[in-house]
Amino acid sequence: MNNHVSVTGLTVTARNAAGEEFAIVEDVSFSIPRGEVLALIGQSGSGKTTIALSLMGYARMGTRIADGSIRLGETEILSLDAAQVANLRGNRIAYVAQSAAAAFNPSRKIMDQVVEAALIHNVMPRAGAEAKAKDLFRALGLPFPDSIGNRYPHQLSGGQLQRLMAAMALVTDPELVILDEPTTALDVTTQIEVLRAFKKVVQERGATAVYVSHDLAVVAQMADRIVVLNHGKIREQGTTRQILHAPQDDYTKTLMAAARPAIRESASPEAAPVPLLEIRGLTAGYGKIDARGEPRVPVLRDIDLTIERGATVGVIGESGSGKSTLARVVAGLLPPAKGAVLLNGKPLPPGLSGRSRDEFRRIQLVFQNADTALNPAHSVSQILGRPLEFYHDLSGPAKDRRIAELLDITRLPATLADRRCGELSGGQKQRINLARALAAEPDIILCDEVTSALDTVVGAAILELMADLRRDLGLAYMFISHDISTVRAICDEIVVLYAGRKVEAGHRDTFRQQPFHPYTEMLIASVPELREGWLEQTEVGGPLPAVDTPAGNIDLCPFLPRCALRIDGVCNRSTPPRVRLASGNEILCHLNEADLLRLHFAEATVQ
Amino acid sequence: MKTIATLPFSGKLGLFLMAFWLLLALFGPMLAPYSPGSFVAYDVFDGISAEHWLGSDYLGRDVFSRLLSGARYTVGLAAAATLMAILLGTSLALTTAVHGGWVDEALSRFMDTLISIPSKIFALVLVAAFGSSLALLLLIATVIYVPGNYRIARSLAVNLNQMDYVQVARARGEGGVYLAVREILPNMIHPLLADMGLRFVFIVLLLSGLSFLGLGVQPPDADLGSLVRENISGLGEGAPAILAPAIAIATLTIGVNLLIDALPGRGRQIT
Repeated sequence: MNNHVSVTGLTVTARNAAGEEFAIVEDVSFSIPRGEVLALIGQSGSGKTTIALSLMGYARMGTRIADGSIRLGETEILSLDAAQVANLRGNRIAYVAQSAAAAFNPSRKIMDQVVEAALIHNVMPRAGAEAKAKDLFRALGLPFPDSIGNRYPHQLSGGQLQRLMAAMALVTDPELVILDEPTTALDVTTQIEVLRAFKKVVQERGATAVYVSHDLAVVAQMADRIVVLNHGKIREQGTTRQILHAPQDDYTKTLMAAARPAIRESASPEAAPVPLLEIRGLTAGYGKIDARGEPRVPVLRDIDLTIERGATVGVIGESGSGKSTLARVVAGLLPPAKGAVLLNGKPLPPGLSGRSRDEFRRIQLVFQNADTALNPAHSVSQILGRPLEFYHDLSGPAKDRRIAELLDITRLPATLADRRCGELSGGQKQRINLARALAAEPDIILCDEVTSALDTVVGAAILELMADLRRDLGLAYMFISHDISTVRAICDEIVVLYAGRKVEAGHRDTFRQQPFHPYTEMLIASVPELREGWLEQTEVGGPLPAVDTPAGNIDLCPFLPRCALRIDGVCNRSTPPRVRLASGNEILCHLNEADLLRLHFAEATVQ
Repeated sequence: MKTIATLPFSGKLGLFLMAFWLLLALFGPMLAPYSPGSFVAYDVFDGISAEHWLGSDYLGRDVFSRLLSGARYTVGLAAAATLMAILLGTSLALTTAVHGGWVDEALSRFMDTLISIPSKIFALVLVAAFGSSLALLLLIATVIYVPGNYRIARSLAVNLNQMDYVQVARARGEGGVYLAVREILPNMIHPLLADMGLRFVFIVLLLSGLSFLGLGVQPPDADLGSLVRENISGLGEGAPAILAPAIAIATLTIGVNLLIDALPGRGRQIT
């Protein structure tokens, strides 16, 4: 038999509150030849993780593997008893979870956790396991492979932990490795390094792997075969090439379409003499503010930003770049240390106290995670009704009418009004979240990663809705995101933040043509493209030019440690200037345009 | 009322026990066959009989009648003290969570000071200084149990205060009272109820303990704790006079906790 893993007729059931059993995975069959990587792709709730866990003979609490057969080599996994299954897990089958930061025990050293599986299963003595682990650390491109095992999880970054988790899985030389959304929680620039490391070790060791993901572009880099899932059923399966180039199923085509956001025409906002929102020389952070006006932990430094009435300004950066802090400062939740925020030309009081009700009304916040942004103790009508009472003194039938209108605008059924948000789906919650901001009739909505927690298709529908609202109501948005393709698709102006500094700003059209700031270039080039072989071709993450130890006490370029174009003696010695490129983009960099053009990750594939 | 039907058996049992003691506390004295203070039996530490359902005590009084009046003291005092402690502790906690800064610092350190005083000694000193009275017992129980509730409520409220929905309400310009009462409080009700059950039990035990030492409710009145103390000499004979109040304390405290543990928490709801 050539197939290493074969799954036939797998059915997993769960029970609902009434005690009825229903299938969450139905009649799923696929097989993986030895040494190949199979991808399970689908939206949340499609059953992809459930299938991945069944491969280890595991069903989550409340669910049950009802039917089917799973064979690994000669072993029928579903007929094993508990002890035999335990012997299999972490030994012949290994699992890499989505969030490595949550999967490592914070109180134990990395090495103890990495070799644990090998010791439990008596695969090899401790010294051998540690030597093996160090080899893996090296193969995965981790820094300090000989000593990294002595550190604790909190001393390492998310991307490093994710690679260490792969080392943990591979230490027993498993026959089958299950990777469950291993890069979803990472920044794109980190994702690319982790993907490379994964691909390398999987290929070198000839392991059979199952790669679970919702991201078609990532899967295209990793998998030999793809299984497309929806609502627990297989919609289509085939080789990666076939799925990417000639998808047969309508659902697969929808997924492909959603992976490439449509560029929306840029509304030309009326250039009023006074912009709607203006941020001048803003510095903000946490902790005490010292004599020079710098906070103890600075998060944002010297930010200037202008948002015209009816415009959409995208703020992009990776986690920790200060983009959410910017929204908090504008909303008044965090008083800035220096600088000012002007609304319609009038300076806003720095904190919450002192702002008038009208100033509050004009600026509304929408958070990323609708689960935590909506109070679970309130019903939908309470959530939407409060801003109506608060800002517009509506009550009784007038309020109910307006709630119905708001539900209608956000394309939700009016029957939702009496429900609690725990009963709604992710997309519905995000619409309620948006409807609450609209209830205030604001001038500008600060959107903090509003689509990041949603499936691609659902997220695309939310963006569609936002675009319509903007056209109909003349809203302005500050659109905060880590996803450059979304930002480029819907924003008029784009601001790139890195480590709290504005490294580039300009019109979105100029974000399609080089030159860019080296960080922008890296960000754009790190987004996986929907084609095979991209990961091998892209040059992002290559070796960097050597520089001397940076000079202390000088405000150096924040991107210096990762810049592929850094110049010894310049970048590590002096403060970069703010220059305007011919295209109109403003960047914070020492280099001139000719130098910037040398960096050519992104080729001409930018849409 | 749908909630009652969906309670597990332990919850129904708890509800029954709690309702039973509440009703006895309210209406018990009307049902009492004798006056709790009068000497009605010919013998002390009598067993169960038709005239005296729970026998007689060390002075020949009717235990059943005394138990009914004792339940009123215990349940009434403990319920009132629990409510006062929870109201005070939780409202202070909400204030500090929403306000933060120096208010939080000052109140929290004050509460720490209160916690550092041994509760029984504190009670003994106050009773010794002012003499025992119902009002003083109520005050003592409240003061002793406010800091514990404050601690729990504050930690819950501080966490909830960081939630996005509270931040949204803040950025909407809402005042502190709205944030505390409408956004934060509804999400901490369940753990607070669990805490309330625990505090109720502790207060029953504290009051019983004080009465057992002779510093609680003063004779001829008696709460459940004093009943145990009065009749302690009947223990060797296995007299119902001492078993009945002891069982009463046990069923009351267990019943309250069974009910509260069985209440559906928001987190545990099946969707």
